[in-house]
Amino acid sequence: MAEFPQITDTTFEKEVLQSELPVLVDFWAPWCGPCKMVTPILEELAGEYGGRLKVAKLNVDDNPGTAAKYGIFSIPSILLFKEGQVATQIVGAVPKKHFVEKLDPLL
Amino acid sequence: MEKHDVIIVGGGPAGLTAGLYAARSRMDILLLEKLTPGGQVLTTAMVENYPGFEEAISGSDLVAKMEKQARGFGLQVEIKSVEKIAQEGSLKKMIADGEEYLSKAVIVATGVEPKLLGIPGEKELRGKGVSYCATCDGPFFRDKEVVVIGGGDSAVEEAIYLTRFAKRVRLIHRRDQLRAAKIVQERAFSNEKVEVVWDTVATRINGEQFVQSVDVKNVKTGREDNVETSGIFLYVGVKPNSDLFDFKIDADQRGFLRTDENMRTSVEGIYAVGDVRSKQLRQIVTATGEGATAAFAVQKYLEDLTP
Ligand SMILES: Cc1cc2nc3c(=O)[nH]c(=O)nc-3n(C[C@H](O)[C@H](O)[C@H](O)COP(=O)(O)OP(=O)(O)OC[C@H]3O[C@@H](n4cnc5c(N)ncnc54)[C@H](O)[C@@H]3O)c2cc1C
Repeated sequence: MAEFPQITDTTFEKEVLQSELPVLVDFWAPWCGPCKMVTPILEELAGEYGGRLKVAKLNVDDNPGTAAKYGIFSIPSILLFKEGQVATQIVGAVPKKHFVEKLDPLL
Repeated sequence: MEKHDVIIVGGGPAGLTAGLYAARSRMDILLLEKLTPGGQVLTTAMVENYPGFEEAISGSDLVAKMEKQARGFGLQVEIKSVEKIAQEGSLKKMIADGEEYLSKAVIVATGVEPKLLGIPGEKELRGKGVSYCATCDGPFFRDKEVVVIGGGDSAVEEAIYLTRFAKRVRLIHRRDQLRAAKIVQERAFSNEKVEVVWDTVATRINGEQFVQSVDVKNVKTGREDNVETSGIFLYVGVKPNSDLFDFKIDADQRGFLRTDENMRTSVEGIYAVGDVRSKQLRQIVTATGEGATAAFAVQKYLEDLTP
């Protein structure tokens, strides 16, 4: 199982906003069951889009600043950041197909 | 193309238990799950009515145990979303994420998903205060006002759960009594933070970037009102994930699959278990019982096929 890089309030600017590659950030928390549902899908995406996309996680419990900044009120929320901007957002546990449909045109 | 004796579609408690029993009888079996095994139980904070756990167990711990147990006996799981189930001669064919699977029998354990209320603002503000999962999103509403819509077990239980975080929880229900189990009702009525708003329906969710209020209407008096709130949790019923078949299969008028007592549907070789089945009580304990029943019935069916 791939270990995703963990983004924090401190590293967000550098790791996500200034990243060369687009970054898919999974806003999650340990108490959220459905967050576990998307992990295997993110692992597959990380493999399939390797080199074109970075996949990372942000624990909203430990990093409330970034979660609040992006108005996260529901998790899992998966946001695609391109050149420092939110390019698309997926809320809730949805099948892989939905991710691919949203990501393909943007990558 | 992969071929198995039995394919189970859906890895909630019903599918996992069918898998456990089928694996123990050494059937050639595969479980296809579109997300990760666990189903709705992953969205349940605490389960206190599954026998054997005298202290409430968290939903995700409970299904993790079920999954581990089934896998321990050899159940294989693939993360694939089944789009279609068709007949292929005497076999069944499943199309899942572009791949095809064949089997002699299929156990459909796809469960249900929450119904949308279908009012303006609901879709637009999803994830911005509109939620279908209190255990996921409750902590975002610390010291805020929230509204729960519904009157069944899930609605009332989740309303009580939300009092851990929210300042006040208004439970808006369209009738003048709740459908939830009596013990759950009693807890809601004695909880100072829960306020039940009877005979009332929500008509519109308002907010620019985030939920700010909900318009409501009393169905008896016709009086309209606006309730300020930061969060709206919707538990207004469920719909079956039964829209998969390329052939006719017997279902009730809401789309739940009809079966006999051995979980056989109207189509030979297709079994249905758990919440997707037409029945009265949709719970983990019934789902697991049905999973076991179907696995046993499938075993008999396969034995009769190969004399
Ligand atoms: C908030 C809430 C609280 C609850 N509390 C309790 C409680 O305290 N006690 C209790 O006993 N019950 C409770 N329940 C009910 C209980 O969760 C269900 O009865 C039970 O999960 C039904 O199990 P199932 O396996 O039939 O379906 P589900 O749990 O719905 O699982 C179905 C699985 O099938 C998968 N699936 C669906 N379609 C496809 C497809 N096309 N391809 C592949 N996979 C697919 C889904 O991803 C899911 O994993 C609660 C439910 C909710 C929503």
